[in-house]
Amino acid sequence: MQKEIQAVLAGFGGQGTLFAGKVIAYAGLLEDREVSWFPSYGPEMRGGTANCSVTVSDEPIGSPLVTDPTAVIAMNQPSYDRFVMEARPGAVIVYDSDLIAPTDGRADLEKVGIPASKIAQDAELGKLANIVLLGKLWDKTGFCERATLDEAIRKCVPPTKPHLVESNKQALEMGMSA
Amino acid sequence: MSEKVLMKGNEALAEAAMLAGCRFFFGYPITPQTELAAYMSKHMPKREGVYLQAESEVAAINMVYGAAACGKRTMTSSSSPGISLKTEGISYLAGADLPAVIINVQRGGPGLGSIQPSQSDYWQATRAMGHGDFFLPVYAPSTVQEMADLAYAAFDVADTYRTPVVILADGMLGQMMEPVVMPAERALDDLPAKSWATDGTHGKRPHNVVNSLFLDADALNAKNRERFERYAQIERNEVRVEEYLVDDADIVVVAFGAAARIARSAINDARAKGIKVGLIRPITLWPYPKEAIAACNAQAFLVVEMNMGQMVEDVQLAVNGAAPVEFFGRAGGVIPRPDEVLAQIEALNERLGD
Repeated sequence: MQKEIQAVLAGFGGQGTLFAGKVIAYAGLLEDREVSWFPSYGPEMRGGTANCSVTVSDEPIGSPLVTDPTAVIAMNQPSYDRFVMEARPGAVIVYDSDLIAPTDGRADLEKVGIPASKIAQDAELGKLANIVLLGKLWDKTGFCERATLDEAIRKCVPPTKPHLVESNKQALEMGMSA
Repeated sequence: MSEKVLMKGNEALAEAAMLAGCRFFFGYPITPQTELAAYMSKHMPKREGVYLQAESEVAAINMVYGAAACGKRTMTSSSSPGISLKTEGISYLAGADLPAVIINVQRGGPGLGSIQPSQSDYWQATRAMGHGDFFLPVYAPSTVQEMADLAYAAFDVADTYRTPVVILADGMLGQMMEPVVMPAERALDDLPAKSWATDGTHGKRPHNVVNSLFLDADALNAKNRERFERYAQIERNEVRVEEYLVDDADIVVVAFGAAARIARSAINDARAKGIKVGLIRPITLWPYPKEAIAACNAQAFLVVEMNMGQMVEDVQLAVNGAAPVEFFGRAGGVIPRPDEVLAQIEALNERLGD
């Protein structure tokens, strides 16, 4: 279990990696811990990929840029290929096995592939593969209390789209049990 | 107290400015500052304030001049190249003794540079925000909470001393989200009265004039001398600095803003290895916390910045030859890593041991 988490969430723009990162950050805030969330906004973003760094800690956070993550969510091949090499030994790598074929040789990581896109589609959960993966990351790391995670979803879903709270919670559950 | 929320630094600057009573924002989009203007565009109308995207940075700063002359709390924001365009207007604000808040969410330079976080406008902010004989207070936040607190305080400082004030942030602080508690909303009728403002005589007083043109050299000389007396007051009253583990430090790191966060991580790691190292973090870059630095009993100083060493001379002036001042930095938008800073501290510590 990782109570202190330094995570990178990466994929194509539109896959919801920034949103999933915000859920982790809000969970940390709700438990009154130190939290930072930092998005890629540079040339990478303009090339169609998006990632964010999220840290939840009990100590004040220095650089919000995570350079050697303890946890990674990868939603496309280029993101997987890049961040799997930056991960700290022992890190948890959760990836969408529908979209990614691991070819790295690292044996010092806990790599967990689940068909998140298919799980989300079959359950008619639209584009919630990001939250399915987040559920699996929580299952593997326990970065917050279980109830906090649902509360964080409620905080992050825009007030104008309240119906998405339940589908996001369902996606979390499906990821946890995948 | 309001609820602790997760906010981007850029949004925190905007929200805090409105809570401080700013109802006139004039801007022009530029990365990595754009969320500030976007937030203003959404929330200023709800407060019956003015959000205006000007046709250029030059137009925006002159609109700030107009709103400030009318005695209203006003702000503009940009990133490095856009600030350069605004400097003529900032000099005019200083020359006309107008309070205003200018936010620079810095990116790598010179020229169009990069859009990544940088501290490359230190010299511009502290030495030359335009032509002529003037200073202005420069605040360097280091957290999203400080983005809110300093933007909020900047309006009072601007009004108290009748001066433009700069918040020198950077792309990292602007883009990142952290928990933040917002300060209390200021009632507009509770803001300082401005007897000099050009807000209508109502037939009851002579016209006020707001102007930076003084064709009589003696009059301008006298005006500048009066203004520098106010600068002396600012230097006495407004210095802000954070000290961390400096009491027994052999090495004192001096860093501001985003670089100070990274330096602090490196200092904690160095302390864990038994190295006596501390941090001086200037929160005001002008007035500069010379006394806090001069009071350190360190054997050496290490300046850490996200530029090519623009603050080194200020530290040297404060240290005044009492100890060597070294430098480590990354430029162009590269964010230094804590382990790089730690390596510099360790190397310096070894040299001191010789």
